[in-house]
Amino acid sequence: MEHVAEHHPDHESPHTSQHVPEQRITLRIDGTDHELTVDTRTTLLDALRERAGNTSPKKGCDHGQCGSCTVLLDGRRHLTCLALAVAYDGAEIVTAAGLAGPADEGDLHPVQQAFITHDGFQCGYCTPGQVCSAVGMLEEAGRGAPSHVTADLEADVDLTDEEIRERMSGNLCRCGAYAGILGAIRESAGR
Amino acid sequence: MRPLTYAAPATAAEAVSAVRGDPQARFLGGGTNLVDHLKLGVSTPGRLVDISRLPLDTVEQTEAGVRIGTNVRNSDLAAHPLLRSGWPGISRALLAGASGQIRNQATTGGNLLQRTRCVYFQDVTTPCNKREPGSGCSALEGYGRYNAVLGASEACVATHPSDLAVALTALDAVVVVLGSDGERRVPMADLHTLPGHHPEIETTLSHGELITAVELPATPLARRSTYVKTRDRASYAFALVSVAAALTLDDDGAVADIALAWGGVAHKPWRAARAEAALRGRRPDESAIAAAVEEELREAAFGPDTEYKRPLLRGATTEALSRLLGGLDGKPGGTSEQEGAR
Amino acid sequence: MTANSVRAVAMGTAMERVDGREKVTGRATYAMENDAELDRPPLHGWMVTSRTAKGRVLRVDASDALDHPGVVTVLDHTTAPRLASTEDRELAVLQDDRIGFRGQIVALVLAETPESAREGARLVRVHEQAEPFSATLEGAETYRPDSSSVGSETDTEQGEVDAALAAAPVRIDHTYTTPHEHNNPLEPHAATALWRDGTLTMWDSTQGVHRVAATLAPMLGIEPERLRVRAPYVGGGFGSKGPPHGPEVAVALAAMWAEGRPVKLAVTRQQMFPLTGYRTQTVSDLRIGAEPDGRIIALEHAVTVQTSAIKEFVEHAAVPARMMYAGEHRRTSHRVASLDVPVPSWMRAPGEMPGMHALEVAMDELAVAVGVDPVELRVRNEPEVDPGSGNPFSNRRLVDCLYRGAELFGWADRPVAPRATLDGDWWVGTGVASATYPANFFPGNAARVTALERGRYAVAIGAVDIGTGARTALLQIAADALGVGVAEVDLAIGDTDLPFATVAGGSSGTGSWGTAITQAAQQFRADHGEAPDPGVQTTSTAQSYPDTEHLAMHSYGAVFTEARVHRWTGEVRVPRMLGVYSVGRVINPTTARSQFLGGLVMGLSAALFEESVRDPRFGHFVTQDLATYHVASHADIGDLRVEWLDDVDERATPMGSRGIGEIGIVGTSAAVVNAAYHATGVRVRNLPATSDAFL
Repeated sequence: MEHVAEHHPDHESPHTSQHVPEQRITLRIDGTDHELTVDTRTTLLDALRERAGNTSPKKGCDHGQCGSCTVLLDGRRHLTCLALAVAYDGAEIVTAAGLAGPADEGDLHPVQQAFITHDGFQCGYCTPGQVCSAVGMLEEAGRGAPSHVTADLEADVDLTDEEIRERMSGNLCRCGAYAGILGAIRESAGR
Repeated sequence: MRPLTYAAPATAAEAVSAVRGDPQARFLGGGTNLVDHLKLGVSTPGRLVDISRLPLDTVEQTEAGVRIGTNVRNSDLAAHPLLRSGWPGISRALLAGASGQIRNQATTGGNLLQRTRCVYFQDVTTPCNKREPGSGCSALEGYGRYNAVLGASEACVATHPSDLAVALTALDAVVVVLGSDGERRVPMADLHTLPGHHPEIETTLSHGELITAVELPATPLARRSTYVKTRDRASYAFALVSVAAALTLDDDGAVADIALAWGGVAHKPWRAARAEAALRGRRPDESAIAAAVEEELREAAFGPDTEYKRPLLRGATTEALSRLLGGLDGKPGGTSEQEGAR
Repeated sequence: MTANSVRAVAMGTAMERVDGREKVTGRATYAMENDAELDRPPLHGWMVTSRTAKGRVLRVDASDALDHPGVVTVLDHTTAPRLASTEDRELAVLQDDRIGFRGQIVALVLAETPESAREGARLVRVHEQAEPFSATLEGAETYRPDSSSVGSETDTEQGEVDAALAAAPVRIDHTYTTPHEHNNPLEPHAATALWRDGTLTMWDSTQGVHRVAATLAPMLGIEPERLRVRAPYVGGGFGSKGPPHGPEVAVALAAMWAEGRPVKLAVTRQQMFPLTGYRTQTVSDLRIGAEPDGRIIALEHAVTVQTSAIKEFVEHAAVPARMMYAGEHRRTSHRVASLDVPVPSWMRAPGEMPGMHALEVAMDELAVAVGVDPVELRVRNEPEVDPGSGNPFSNRRLVDCLYRGAELFGWADRPVAPRATLDGDWWVGTGVASATYPANFFPGNAARVTALERGRYAVAIGAVDIGTGARTALLQIAADALGVGVAEVDLAIGDTDLPFATVAGGSSGTGSWGTAITQAAQQFRADHGEAPDPGVQTTSTAQSYPDTEHLAMHSYGAVFTEARVHRWTGEVRVPRMLGVYSVGRVINPTTARSQFLGGLVMGLSAALFEESVRDPRFGHFVTQDLATYHVASHADIGDLRVEWLDDVDERATPMGSRGIGEIGIVGTSAAVVNAAYHATGVRVRNLPATSDAFL
């Protein structure tokens, strides 16, 4: 039996155009404006990592299933792998690198310091995403957003361990550093 | 990922005409499902029309209830005070879905139009009638843990993955759709279709029609709604089965009004009308609930991989109604919701 | 020379991870993040993989792909550079037309951008000739392998097992299975490679830089010195990054093709399922014959696993049954089915994890059968010497772990009968299991000590920190071995330009590398004294450490869990886990705790979620991403507690330590399943224990 492993469906024209559309966008990344000309197919994650040279957000799954690529986008935690860069022209992005001061000097963000104190990571690959997610999550809880485990949807949020765990579940850690992550966020939340 | 052009029109009407006139064009909302599919090769549009920046992002109280703009993000909708008090089952369904990050990104309309997570649909190296009509259904004899048990066909056993859609179906939402001929309203129950011979068709929308809003009627029932999602992982996982439920009792503790919809069982959110009918006027105890679930499952088809969904639907429906009743100890009332230890 | 034991000053002291700042900011550079060191923009690679499980590549039609803007070339088996050796068929990438499993690399697209590379791969048409294949263990023919993949004996037999089992007053006879599992480190396997002036430089996501160089150099036909492998940061591995896999060969070939221009290749999450190893499913037929008081008379553990027809890997799951419990009559065996499937490989505690799962669930069944408390049952079956070898144990403290764990956990309050506690809508139960892992020491590690100005020292070894905390723990070891503070030592790791180091695997790293560092430091002092001139150095290789012969050297642990099973939905949650371990001296309590916790989390994940489903009609894993292959999320984790016994095992290493990286996953899944049984009365013998079982 011979079969051709077709890599695109028949109804699509077999030959692609010789032109790859590009678009000019501006992203404010960690406080600096970047003007980039991007392939319209470029994800925000690849724009950051491969074009803007910011490898703080990580590519763990590239399909929105791990949270390693989380940044703060216009102040909210946001995946960058399931986002096309062209759709975010003008966005303000803060990565874990931007939460801290310059590389060798400057203070860490309190959440970052707490991650170190509580050893809330091992390999470190999911960590920038965890940190950004934690910062965004604390802001969400602070303005009273409920979660799946909130017993009373109309009551104030009490950021219990169960609440923190649920709210941080979009960030997988295969090293299993969840206990340290919990401790770090607890401390950051003032508990 | 095929090369594609990108445009972000200023108005919904322009967006509609841009997609309407180009069979290769797709709307881009939050992107949480479409960008995934672009990478997998499941979807290969030549043109994206970005509607995520259109000002359809407000939640407004109306005379009949609430009107939710299509671009309202899942997280914002779940946290909205109107929803939390008037339609708690909607908030809970949203909060049970995806992750904090994805809920910040995913839109209301996009959530309803997300596509099945059937592993074969997402794997372009295997046959799938939904992805490539006529190629066959790999799930029928394959990995079937998430397969449909109601309304499926020989062509497709995929389930619809949205939690929100299940809750909206239970609470009689109406979807507002803009087409080239103007606006029309589609009841949630009529938005999605069963697979039949054409699983590639998933909704009653035509190419270029855009969901602009979702309307929810305010009812006493909706105020006493909840959502139970069962899954292997405690969070960040699609449902094995889910139940959107709402309930009011009469003075004798019998069911006055009830709404039930199931997720994870069919190609569309499944309104469990037979189960509702079986429970109306009856005291909602364990055996009545079990009988009602069996009634709904009369025409269900289970396989070795999906047999567990029968007791799970019974259990999840029991759990949902139990939460609304504050336990199943026969106590009448059921006006307060008490969450279990979850 | 041989190392002498070291006085602990820094060792045993909790110390924050020295690379914490880099990691929490994301500035640590993993394999795809070294562009700053490249003087030309890299090419981006994307692999095209086979769609048949067995057969031939007839033709690779790259015409559409090459028409795509940005695509530079498409390498296939007719155009890729030739390898000097193709003996290892997993690694003989793009060398001939044979297809050995679905998902094998059949072409490699190189392009100017990641977008073009991905699209180029989509546009490649591979004409494949399919042949009949077999991809299911059920009903497959098996054979007796020469040995297991750790070199242990295939089969053992002592006494009259069948007769003893037949005569035993109490018998347990069940089959336990564990599914295929994938390591899924959060950083996908990836490498950047540059071939220039006859030298290949690779930034690789690997657990062993020297192992990659030693494996790949001869295949590429170059001297090992011409292959430099660097791994400054590695985003987890759990075994899958122990040996090199096909993608590392692919990127090396691409770099040779692209001479002078660097190439980056990341394995996609989906491609990791066929290409970077996995734990094979295991079938354990376990029979225990016991006295009415629970003392074991006879034990048989017969293991059936599968391997790939193109490369043998035998998961040694029956090995722990050889040393774990007393009993006069004992038989263990391994049988393997050779299938047309991806190549299985190392995953955290290979052998021990699935083998102890089966044994520890069987022990729980025995405890129920004889009406003896599960902790007490294990104590009753404590052997005096290693029942397999007859050797004395060096430091066996399983009983101490069990008793200490029982005390901490509140085990005594537990009702004897199962299905005794309903809390709200949740059935509640508790379970226990033992853990063990061998004290592995890998010979041949070398370390270099150089005197710097002002009493400082540079210590170098090609070890890799995959998240274990090695970068921190080795610093503590070096400081103590030199008799200085940790702040006086600069440690360099993760580079084949540094002295030889074995792989970060088998829980051997800290012990084996640390011994080399200790020996080098002591030799340095012998060579250069306490006040050396800056610039003097000593390099020393550690071949062995005394007292390891004729001793059964293992670590031990006891895991206690609480499971709650929902009465209506059957969902299982684990609110409490406790592990108590005996592992020799703990070098760094901070990073060690994280290692144990991580093992518990991965064990919980295996108990409840993890399963790679292979569709036998196609031959590939169809649950091939992190949405369909579930690993534990944060919400799945309850209160975790870890403690270790105060131990120093100077017969194992001069630091008094044994390994800790793997024991946390051992027994944990059994403890969860045993707790779920206690909660519900339902015995789950096949992992994962999903809600279905409890409905």
